[in-house]
Amino acid sequence: MTMAVPQGEGLAVVCRAVTKEFRQGSVIVRALRGVDVEVRMGELTLLMGPSGCGKTTLLSVMAGILDPTSGSINVLGSDIERLTSRQKTAFRMKNIGFVFQMHNLLPALSAMENTAVPLLIARRPRNAALAAARQLLEGVGLGERVDALPSRLSGGEQQRVAIARALVHRPRLLVCDEPTSALDAKSGHAIMQQLRDIAVEPDRAVVVVTHDPRVIEFADRIATMDDGRITDVRETKA
Amino acid sequence: MLWIAWRILVGDTAKYLGMIIGVAFASLLIAQQASIFCGLMRLTVSQILDVEGAAIWVMDPDVQFVDDIKPLSENELLRVRGVEGVRWAVRFFKGLGRARLAEGEYQQVVLLGLDDATLVGAPQTILLGSLDDLRQPDAVMMDRRGFERLWPGEPLSVGKTFEMNDRRAVIVGVCESRRTFQTFPVVYTRYSQATMFAPHERKLLSFILVQNEPNVDADALCRRITQQTGLQALTRNGFIWKTIFYYLRQTGIPVNFGITVLLGFIVGVAIAGQTFYLFAVENARQYATLKALGLSDARVVVMILQQAVVVGLIGYSIGVGGAAIFGLLIQNRSKLAFFMPWQVLLGTGIAVLVIVLAVSVLSVRRVIVMEPAEVFK
Repeated sequence: MTMAVPQGEGLAVVCRAVTKEFRQGSVIVRALRGVDVEVRMGELTLLMGPSGCGKTTLLSVMAGILDPTSGSINVLGSDIERLTSRQKTAFRMKNIGFVFQMHNLLPALSAMENTAVPLLIARRPRNAALAAARQLLEGVGLGERVDALPSRLSGGEQQRVAIARALVHRPRLLVCDEPTSALDAKSGHAIMQQLRDIAVEPDRAVVVVTHDPRVIEFADRIATMDDGRITDVRETKA
Repeated sequence: MLWIAWRILVGDTAKYLGMIIGVAFASLLIAQQASIFCGLMRLTVSQILDVEGAAIWVMDPDVQFVDDIKPLSENELLRVRGVEGVRWAVRFFKGLGRARLAEGEYQQVVLLGLDDATLVGAPQTILLGSLDDLRQPDAVMMDRRGFERLWPGEPLSVGKTFEMNDRRAVIVGVCESRRTFQTFPVVYTRYSQATMFAPHERKLLSFILVQNEPNVDADALCRRITQQTGLQALTRNGFIWKTIFYYLRQTGIPVNFGITVLLGFIVGVAIAGQTFYLFAVENARQYATLKALGLSDARVVVMILQQAVVVGLIGYSIGVGGAAIFGLLIQNRSKLAFFMPWQVLLGTGIAVLVIVLAVSVLSVRRVIVMEPAEVFK
């Protein structure tokens, strides 16, 4: 893997002049217009901004599930825009955890089985994967609900399962897309607290896309976006 | 991941059952219609199958199937017996006779004349009387179905008489024989007797039944007989296939059944294909999630193929099982011909495999082209 972008001390993600264009019929939509941003290890970084400003696109590019049109992105020391599709898949499997807005749990699998999925994708033995999943679910307070199907869990519980799933393979970068938007204020607060407590570690960076101002208190750093550009980056005291 | 594929598959019960029903219906239709077709084809060769003990049938060169009788002269029998490698060769008469019953009714019958000395070609299962009784004057043996047709409601018995070609025939035995394509009663008698029951013609020898010497290959002997006599010589199996191919070529039977089998295939593709495709579309988000989490496209393909194969196997088992049960139920209760050889199972299996593979290709394409970034939409 190449190292085109100099990796600063403790930097998990370095984006330089990143653009992303989508073609919608004959119209070209510029979702990212030259983004420069850094995400630090051991921090929870919020990406904020109005709807349609490019937050989720930037998160997708950082996570290696969307290729930028131009610019360079170094994630955990790898220039992921230069990786092949297969290498990117393997990179995600090993290094990145995902928390989605709508949880994206597999409805046919129990909470424990859902949590174990990243380990199963990494070809860990099923019993070991389930044991690790159970342990993590106990850590997020769902020890009694390990066998419940997602349809039997509340929105908050589903998101806690999603967080457990995102952390079970010990990724070094956790990306979260609007993790609280489908939850009420109390559940949203609890989820952010949980993220803060168990996800943020010295060798892990957490990036959360949100437009919910109530979660600012949990951030170490806030990058504000507008119209495909980073307009402001500021530190907070989480 | 195969375990997860299975859980995703059975997790949507309605679609899971829908796909299985689609494949099962297609399998049932294909296997059942193909078995009826095979049953019909077997009817056309039932009289060849009933003649056991002779490896080779010799006949006029222009004979195209077993009911296409072109009589030979008696000299041909001597010529065939003179071919090296022939262990024995005997006469066999096959023709249609007209039976006049005591009540004055007429009934067409299949008349089979067996070699007087050896009775080669005699029925294998005799229900009443014995084969030796055929040596009595005017003696005939009738198949059970024929007896029940001529004397409905009466118990099987010997001693009944009827006339053929103004000659008296006495039933000395009742035997079991395979159903024939024409469904006429089958009457066995000695060759010399059969030539009297049949309308008089200069030549009456329908076939010559031949057995090869133990160390002589039957196919090679057939070729030698043809070379030396100019007659058509076929192994029993060869004659069966010649007769079947004649019906395949000259009748609309295979086309009719072929259309039904094709319809079954199309219905299977349509039902299973549509359901499986909808299943894949509705589960696309799940697959996108798995891809985002690091599952490779190759493993996604394996998961989808596994789901399709499971559906195919279960649907196939239900379908051919249903067809087999149908065959068992109608056995001896219906005039419907039904014969399910292993080739029908194999053919149906291949058709199902094609269905599930076609269906999988559609679904795989849908999932593969999907970007993992769609999980954020």
